[in-house]
Amino acid sequence: MAPILEVSDLVTRFYTFDGVVHALNGVSFDLQAGETLAIVGESGSGKSVTMMSLLHLLPMPPARIEGGSALFHDDSGTIDLLKLNRAEISRVRGGRIGFIFQDALSALNPVMTVGRQIAESLERHLGLGHEQCRRRVVELLEKVGIPGAKQRYRNYPHQFSGGMRQRVMIAVAMACNPKIVIADEPTTALDVTVQAQIVELTQQLQRELGIAVIWITHDLGVVAGIADRVLVMYAGRPVEIAPVDDLYDHPGHPYTIGLLEALPRMDAAGSKRLISIEGSPPDLMAPPAHCQFAWRCRYAFERCWNEVPPQVSVGPQHHITCFYDVNRERPRDNV
Amino acid sequence: MQRYILSRLFQSIMILFGVLFIIFFMLQATGDPVSLMVSRNASPEEIEAVREAMGFNRPLIVQFGDFIAGAVVGDFGDSLRHKQPAMDLILERLPATVELATTALFMAMLIGIPLGLLGGSNPGSLWDTLARGAGLIGQTIPNFWLALILIIVFAVKLGWLPAFGRETWQFLGITLPTRSVILPAFALGLFTMGQLVRFTRSAVMEIRSEDFVRTAYSKGLSDRQIYIRHILRNAAIPLISIIGVQFGYLLSGSIYIETICSWPGLGNLLAEAIGNRDFALVQAIAFFTSLVVVTLNLLTDIAYGLADPRIRYGD
Repeated sequence: MAPILEVSDLVTRFYTFDGVVHALNGVSFDLQAGETLAIVGESGSGKSVTMMSLLHLLPMPPARIEGGSALFHDDSGTIDLLKLNRAEISRVRGGRIGFIFQDALSALNPVMTVGRQIAESLERHLGLGHEQCRRRVVELLEKVGIPGAKQRYRNYPHQFSGGMRQRVMIAVAMACNPKIVIADEPTTALDVTVQAQIVELTQQLQRELGIAVIWITHDLGVVAGIADRVLVMYAGRPVEIAPVDDLYDHPGHPYTIGLLEALPRMDAAGSKRLISIEGSPPDLMAPPAHCQFAWRCRYAFERCWNEVPPQVSVGPQHHITCFYDVNRERPRDNV
Repeated sequence: MQRYILSRLFQSIMILFGVLFIIFFMLQATGDPVSLMVSRNASPEEIEAVREAMGFNRPLIVQFGDFIAGAVVGDFGDSLRHKQPAMDLILERLPATVELATTALFMAMLIGIPLGLLGGSNPGSLWDTLARGAGLIGQTIPNFWLALILIIVFAVKLGWLPAFGRETWQFLGITLPTRSVILPAFALGLFTMGQLVRFTRSAVMEIRSEDFVRTAYSKGLSDRQIYIRHILRNAAIPLISIIGVQFGYLLSGSIYIETICSWPGLGNLLAEAIGNRDFALVQAIAFFTSLVVVTLNLLTDIAYGLADPRIRYGD
């Protein structure tokens, strides 16, 4: 498999009245064609900001992308998403990279029919005429499992249930056969049974259309079910990236270990208290010149307080950003 | 939508009924109406005769029933001073007020909405400063004071516009306004302009940061498409209600502006009627303006429903 997206050293900052927020401090990862990459991490770790940066969807100002590159490869060649101007990036958005947002009720225009909202991107990217558009929209609505698509075409978002609205959102994202779909916590606002349906639908469309999906989520359960690889982020930096089984079986970064331990387990004996990671994430206004996780890390030693750890490989496709080797219970000597 | 309109219509009728009730009993509360109709040295017999002739000796509830029956067909009796039906006097003055109110509203919209759009789309810019300034000035300057200043500057000093009165010209049998309306209309519309600037600006600013605008960007739409299809359409919804309410207020005639500029409209007529204690006329004007306001509010509600599918399909 060839990478379709290669992001390296992405740096994004917000220039606010109170100071500079160091939202992303060098994010690097790649995405293979057709795979599902899950991005996990707590609120403020930079999951959404990473994706919004790639498509220039952040309000600028206050946001500013200060470095890095994001190479997007497809049949027509390679482009650096970060170097595109407004007109160029607007051809990528919706056309080659689709976006599914969290809360479909607020993410859809309340005074426009859902049919029109899907048709908009078809007109923009595929240049379809009115009648063609209509037919394709009905087709898409059927494909995402909305019953009575012909009638529903003319309905407004508030006339749909939460799950159906999220299906409309998916139709918007997939309308122009994109290469990548970014799903920003698409199941967070839904109840559990509907969540499962949305996850399943996305996977089915992904297989059918050969789309690579970046799935941003808090839900480690969903991750285990759908992801091929997982990227764990902390304080605007990737701390670990690994194939999903490898990550769950051999987590290498203390933060990942903490996250997995914090999962409530149905098979655990007795009624133990939930485990949490002590402390809170660092202040992004004043990032330290050492490991961001050191304050909360039970393995932290002297070096962690003096240097920022680089990314190291601990296995095929498994990279972590840490000085400590948790398996051998001693500091790494190869970094 | 049908149920929505019907319920609004019912509410409107109830409000008008309430207005009639207040108008009728307010007069009773101010004393014996007969005393206003006869000369100061009339004999008790003469007073009694008038009371008999006007039907004031009947039970209140019967009089109220009569009053309502008259009001429904626009009959509020004769003006005590002009000795002709009150409603005729109103209809005679109405064109002047409609001309003034419509011009005022258009001037307010023409300045207020574009300024609000520019300010709201470029927060912190020069346009925004201008918009906020216009909003503040529009809502704080008393219009009667502004009218006087405008008269001094544009009529007295510069001589560009007439200082008072209404001039019209006839074209193919249609009465058209002349520049005489500009000055009073600007003064009258200033407050509405201020409101429109403020609300347009805040509506645009709020909608620009809505999630669905971000979705529109994620679809690759251009700034212009997003502005027209997604931002303006949503910003128009709150503006409809403001324009409707403000037009009702403008159409009820402004006592201050019409008096200062000697504009022969409803406000002027009302001021005169109050001065003369011409209660039939005051009642008629009070009811008529209520009718205008209630009707406009009803139309506003309907327009609101047409613009916002959440209301249209709400029931």
